[in-house]
Amino acid sequence: MSTNPPSFGRQLRKVLGRTLFIVLLVVIGIFFALPMAWLVVAPFDANPTMAVKWPEWTLGNFQRLAENPYALGSIGNSLIIAIGTMLITVLLATIASYALSRVRIPGRDGLLYGMLLLSSIVTGTAAMVPTFQLMNAINLINTHTGVMLVLAGGLLPTVVFILKDFMDSVPKSYEESARLYGAKPYQILSHVVVPVARPGIAFVAIWTIVQVWGNFLVPFLLLRDPTTQPAAVMMYTFYTESGQADLRLISAFSLIFALPVILIYFFVNRKFGFRFYGGIKS
Amino acid sequence: MSTSTAPASGTRRSRRRAEDVAGLGTKRALVFVTPALLVIALFLLFPALWTIYLGMTNFRLTGLAAANTEFVGLDNYAQALGDKSFWNSLWLTVIFVGFSGVLGQTLLGFTLAWSTRRIVGWARTLLESVVLAAWVIPGSVHAFLWIALLDRRGGTLNALLGTDGKAWLIEHPMTIIVIFNIWVGTAFSMQLFSSALSAVPPSQMESARMAGASGWEQLRDVVLPNIRGHVLTNTLMITLWTFNTFTPYLLTAGGPNGKTEILSVYIYKTAIPGGQLGFGAALSMIMLLINLGIALLYMRIGRSKK
Repeated sequence: MSTNPPSFGRQLRKVLGRTLFIVLLVVIGIFFALPMAWLVVAPFDANPTMAVKWPEWTLGNFQRLAENPYALGSIGNSLIIAIGTMLITVLLATIASYALSRVRIPGRDGLLYGMLLLSSIVTGTAAMVPTFQLMNAINLINTHTGVMLVLAGGLLPTVVFILKDFMDSVPKSYEESARLYGAKPYQILSHVVVPVARPGIAFVAIWTIVQVWGNFLVPFLLLRDPTTQPAAVMMYTFYTESGQADLRLISAFSLIFALPVILIYFFVNRKFGFRFYGGIKS
Repeated sequence: MSTSTAPASGTRRSRRRAEDVAGLGTKRALVFVTPALLVIALFLLFPALWTIYLGMTNFRLTGLAAANTEFVGLDNYAQALGDKSFWNSLWLTVIFVGFSGVLGQTLLGFTLAWSTRRIVGWARTLLESVVLAAWVIPGSVHAFLWIALLDRRGGTLNALLGTDGKAWLIEHPMTIIVIFNIWVGTAFSMQLFSSALSAVPPSQMESARMAGASGWEQLRDVVLPNIRGHVLTNTLMITLWTFNTFTPYLLTAGGPNGKTEILSVYIYKTAIPGGQLGFGAALSMIMLLINLGIALLYMRIGRSKK
């Protein structure tokens, strides 16, 4: 090996390489930030335009949103659908995953993997025609119940799968002692297992809400009556039907609709880490 | 646990009992599992099976066939195979999945994961957060943000480039939805590769560096062999999601002139506004079969890794 100081040419190459590398990262950063800049600025601009510009600061856009019955109603619908789906999913998944964790039902593993496989094949997109037809036949078009059930059906396999993992790690000695005191199985579940598995249950509850909150296709297919539509669908209607007629309303709407998910995501991601969150979007 | 000392002859039985310390029993366990299975069976399994039947009928939402549905066997499939729009949408889907998912998201995600490894903390957090935020924002907002970005009169891009009046969504619709989908989905690959890269043994990297391997050689000979499994997982997951996404519809509604009519959009347009539920179901069936293929491939690779 030579002990000479690095030649000028080599040093230059190194500096050039580093500069190029930083430029590349800045360009990628701008590419990702550019569309989002609108979401940060326009809602607070008294006269938003489609282009990002320095705003005349105001909160008036949010007032307009609050005065619009359709917008407000759709956010209410989003809440109903998200919370309803979450309750159905988490309740059914909790009891199912507990049973699957503790009792080796014949064919248990096949059942679990079969469900997961099914849910990745039968996506909302691939199943839209039969789902529409089924809901039409049982009169659940234009009902929140219909949307909740379809969404719960799609999410349950994944949620059961994750929760079973949590249930497996609940120390069995707790249950043993509860049983010695004469607790019934369902009492053990509700008073011993659920409190211990709470972080896992909270995680799947939040995950379910995030998935449902942004879902467009299922409510778009099943909810034809505007008074039942969630924000995901109403936003689309706003800018296809009214065009860009009211950017003030649309800008405030976008932020109010996106913000909860962004906040929840960064909170959950910090708390549970990616391997858990990202790996299960399947 | 005390039960682990049970005699060998009864190990299996006692282990089974040891798991079930609450005394649930098989019967009660089945009762606990049934409600979830029922919802899954009705709203996931049944639609899949119903597609098979529906795809073999001439069911329509309106018109004569709406009242008198007939069994037409494989006619819908024959119609699909002879339908130019179907082949066109399948081809557009291949382009869309290939460029935005397999190439775009994977390469950009890897580039980000690879190059942010050694940059200062705040810059890395900032970059990762922006990429993640793009992934997290709901689809309807995604779409509107891009409509605002690309708007013909006064959109941000036209303002920046000084190309006022350029209608990006009409002039380059396919390119736009490909770039849009890269923007939406790169976060997944970035995070997957980040965690994969942090698991590459530092000793191997060290010895490669000692041996004088260049950055590219380290990547090819040390990193890639180590993360091959992750690359495959990433590719298959992304293929499945991109193939099934409906969000491009929000941006272009399949237009102009069907230029962005990927399979999911084509099925929607045929079945719901078009009213041809039977034909749409046959197309759905084709989509389900492709999904099955991708999922089986994924499971097979997963098993061989073990």
